Amino acid sequence: MYNYTILIPLIPLVIFLVTGLLGMKWKPIISGLLGTTGLGISWVLSVMTAITYFFGSHHEGAFETIIPFEKLWLTFSETLQIKMGVLLDPISVMMLVVVTTISFMVHIYSLGYMHGEKGFQRFYAFLSLFTFSMLGLVIATNIFQMYIFWELVGVSSFLLIGFYYQKPSAVAASKKAFIVTRFADFGFLIGILILSFITKTFDFAKLTNPDGAVFANAAGMSFMGISVMTWAMVLVFMGGAGKSAMFPLHIWLPDAMEGPTPVSALIHAATMVVAGVYLVARLFVVYHFQAPDALEIIAYVGGFTSLFAAVIAITQHDIKRVLAFSTLSQLGYMMLSLGVSGYGGEEGLGYMASMFHLFTHAMFKALLFLAAGSIIHAVHSNYMYEMGGLRKYLPITHITFLIACLTIAGVPPLSGFFSKDEILVAAFNHNKILFGVEFLVAGLTAFYMFRLYFNIFWGKDRHYHHTPHESPLTMTIPLMFLAFASIFSGFLPFHSMVTSDKMHFDTHLHLAVAVPSVLIGLIGIAFAWLLYKKESKVPEKLAKQFGILYTATYNKFYIDEIYLFVTKKIIFNYISRPVAWFDRHIVDAFMVGIGTVTEKISYRIKGMQSGQLQHYAFMFVAGVLILALVLVYYI
Amino acid sequence: MLSYSPSLGGGRGEALKFGDMNLSQFLMMRHELLLTAAALIILIAEIATADSAKRKLIPFTIALFAMVTVAGFFPVPEGTLFGGSYQSNPLTALMKNVLNIGVLIIFLQAEGWLKRPENSDRISEYFLLTVSTLIGMNFMISSGDFLMFYIGLETATIPIAGLAAFDRIRSRSAEAGIKLILSSALSSGVLLFGLSLIYGVTGSIYFTDIAQTITSNSMVALGFIFFVSGMGFKISLVPFHFWTADVYEGAPINVTSYLSVISKGAASFIFTIILFTVFKTLTEMWKPVIYTLAVFTMTVANLFALRQQNMKRFLAFSSIAQAGFLLLGILGNNDLGMSAVVYFVLIYIFTNLGAFGVVEAISNASGVETIDGYNGMYKTNPKLSLLMTLALFSLAGIPPVAGFFGKFFLFTAAAGSGYYILVLIAVLNATVSLYYYLRVVRAMFIEKSDNPVPTFKSSAYMRTALIICVAGIFAVGFASVIFDTIREISQNFLY
Repeated sequence: MYNYTILIPLIPLVIFLVTGLLGMKWKPIISGLLGTTGLGISWVLSVMTAITYFFGSHHEGAFETIIPFEKLWLTFSETLQIKMGVLLDPISVMMLVVVTTISFMVHIYSLGYMHGEKGFQRFYAFLSLFTFSMLGLVIATNIFQMYIFWELVGVSSFLLIGFYYQKPSAVAASKKAFIVTRFADFGFLIGILILSFITKTFDFAKLTNPDGAVFANAAGMSFMGISVMTWAMVLVFMGGAGKSAMFPLHIWLPDAMEGPTPVSALIHAATMVVAGVYLVARLFVVYHFQAPDALEIIAYVGGFTSLFAAVIAITQHDIKRVLAFSTLSQLGYMMLSLGVSGYGGEEGLGYMASMFHLFTHAMFKALLFLAAGSIIHAVHSNYMYEMGGLRKYLPITHITFLIACLTIAGVPPLSGFFSKDEILVAAFNHNKILFGVEFLVAGLTAFYMFRLYFNIFWGKDRHYHHTPHESPLTMTIPLMFLAFASIFSGFLPFHSMVTSDKMHFDTHLHLAVAVPSVLIGLIGIAFAWLLYKKESKVPEKLAKQFGILYTATYNKFYIDEIYLFVTKKIIFNYISRPVAWFDRHIVDAFMVGIGTVTEKISYRIKGMQSGQLQHYAFMFVAGVLILALVLVYYI
Repeated sequence: MLSYSPSLGGGRGEALKFGDMNLSQFLMMRHELLLTAAALIILIAEIATADSAKRKLIPFTIALFAMVTVAGFFPVPEGTLFGGSYQSNPLTALMKNVLNIGVLIIFLQAEGWLKRPENSDRISEYFLLTVSTLIGMNFMISSGDFLMFYIGLETATIPIAGLAAFDRIRSRSAEAGIKLILSSALSSGVLLFGLSLIYGVTGSIYFTDIAQTITSNSMVALGFIFFVSGMGFKISLVPFHFWTADVYEGAPINVTSYLSVISKGAASFIFTIILFTVFKTLTEMWKPVIYTLAVFTMTVANLFALRQQNMKRFLAFSSIAQAGFLLLGILGNNDLGMSAVVYFVLIYIFTNLGAFGVVEAISNASGVETIDGYNGMYKTNPKLSLLMTLALFSLAGIPPVAGFFGKFFLFTAAAGSGYYILVLIAVLNATVSLYYYLRVVRAMFIEKSDNPVPTFKSSAYMRTALIICVAGIFAVGFASVIFDTIREISQNFLY
């Protein structure tokens, strides 16, 4: 009954091929409309699949894993085969909805945003290619198929940024993104190799069977004192950390913001970057039963990334970079949540919360990016100090952006509140330190988001080149749709849909966690309000004339001073700036440094290639001797 | 010491009585016979054509060679000839077919270059020399003893020196020829010394005899090292690679691609066969040697490739690095390793000839051979740029193009034998290689140029060759039947 699901990825593929091969001859808008229509069909099919899968038949017990389509492709041995197919289970069905929804919205949005740009049809062709790759990744029936599409996702995102923009910085960024994630992917590949040698299978169905029968070989196998399974799973996580931009492989994501904004929304907010989280979730059973140490590492990496990124986000001026760091921080949340999760029932709360947050985050972060695009479209700048007072000019963008900010800050009853709350509860139950970190991050998140919000929409008008005006309907409709999703997706019953053992369990609001987390969010907002919402001078003047009120105002002013002192002087100078500096100069520089050192060595040894034959003959003989020495050493 | 008694069985006993050797046995050498016939036909055609019509030799020879290639795919009888000097089996036939495909593409690509006025009187010379080297390679692959192996090797090498110096008027081409012949003389000497040491210990030159009697001792070890050094020269492994960059840069591009693909492929094939069969009892001895060579080759070649400006030199170092990856398959030391090597070479033929084809087309049209010269090429020659990108992605091993599968199976073979650290090193090197391959992509697509390569249309021959390459880059990766066939043949050969 799910045979049609194969169409979901195939439609974008066909559109990519058709647009790519014939698109040059069309009017640009035709490729846009074709891509959008096709994706619309994929979206409808995905939503249909989700509705039938989750709500169609009332069943007792666990959701089934369904493979409606599978084809053998390459055979290594009797047991080790590579297949291509479609796998439907709660997380893949959920991801189908996420990917097609966001992609569909981005398709519509780009009709307006990219209008009149050169290479319009190429842009749409690559959007389709990207969507195809991402869908192929999501529905993979085995880890090898996932890897192939994983790489295709990397390639197509490289194309989307690099081919489209002629800016050198954009190109450097796309290259950096590609190489850093490729580096991580090689870890993934080695992990797959080890895994396949232990288990003799690539199939998720066998790998994620909780009985762990296929891992019998792994018992007692270890390398450098650590079990082989831990090695394998950490290496697999390395791939995930690359795509999901976990510290220290996060360095590509902020730079990747050089790409066009709809691309950032699609790739760097909602789909590609969550591939790493999805990978860990997909192999969660393996992590939990075979490599709990690796899971522990994931929890700490996630926790650290979320804090690190949130602290840096406070200091950024480029609104897309703020959003990029915010994405890093939220991805950290999801990873952490998987890391602290157990298996089955309430123990698996973290797993469910992570997927829940993935879903809601996709909606509100895509909304934030698209709204940011609308703002950039209106004022032709990325920098928040060149913005201000925009709420008058961009009413729809303003309202939707505000909704997204409230959602990410975790204000009830918006969706972000529910998913973040579940993550905090899961962290609270398993690891108090990590809970503390995430609690703090919740406050920071609210603060930097509202710093952004107030800077853009409130305060004084800047001198704009022309009066900013609201974006066309093609751009605002996706905003409104995503705002709607951000508000209401929190009410989806994830605890009976996407759970670690695919069984329903009961959740309830943990007031002990929910109330403080909402409070810290509100405090963050209040701080931002005090610091960044420019107040008129009128109350102050009034206050000066009225003695008692004056003191009160004075006191308030005094509090302001403390706020300012604490945040601007201490947090900014002694925490955020150094952390940002550390990120730019140490972490980034270390990665760049590896490249530089390689180049230096390459320069040094250049002299070996002298062009003189007698020199070559000498090297030849020297080589023979070296080999002889190697043998002497080994025999 | 050579034993000729019929009781040793197999082909050797029968082959002694040449009178009994009937035609069907002789047909085991079909590949070699066909190539020899082709060479003779080219000679006759050269005599028979008028000076003004020499250009017609090009389509004629290509058609002839296409027939030879197709004929090679018919099943070949299995067995041995000449007392075991020559062996024929599906694996050797497969290897020869792989090489034939590559040479066919190279012939197609040669058209534009051969048509130049300075080459018009030497068209048949080019074809004749190339086919001669190919005959040598075929005998080398099919060799059953070290004598046949060595004769094949030399037959394959000497004409190449002539080819490298083909552009007589360019001094760099002459330099390439002389450098090639002198360094290969050195390497052949060392190789021959090694073979004589092995003969001295085992008392036989036959692969089957040596495999049974050889044991590990210092004399064998020394002989083995000499042998590996000689082969390392042919496959251009570090530190025996120094000739490569100079010769690749100096030789005509077409010859460079022949050297980097066919010559290297043939040498890798026989190297793998000899390691897996003759030295199969000495794996403990050769594994550390190959391991060391693999690490050095991948790393050093990558470091050099980073800085190259000339496309030919760049591809030269890239091809050295690729040879380093190939050693991973050899270290697998099982049927998977063997099939990974053959499969990799097949993919490498399509990929590298795609890249070289673009370089050659551009060089023919505009004389540009540097990476900077490619700046802004996407604007003027979008199809060639895309093709080049595809080929470079395949060289870098990015899925889903074939190059990824080639590397993947090599890595799998090595990882399967427990070489995790080596695979890790290979993986790091592959990442570095991605960096320099992207340099070219960047030049073509991103860098602006006031003076980009002008738009041109390559000849029908070149386009055919490039289309075959693109088809190969996709098809070999996707069509699982190809790998499965290679796997089956390798299994039958080894067990």
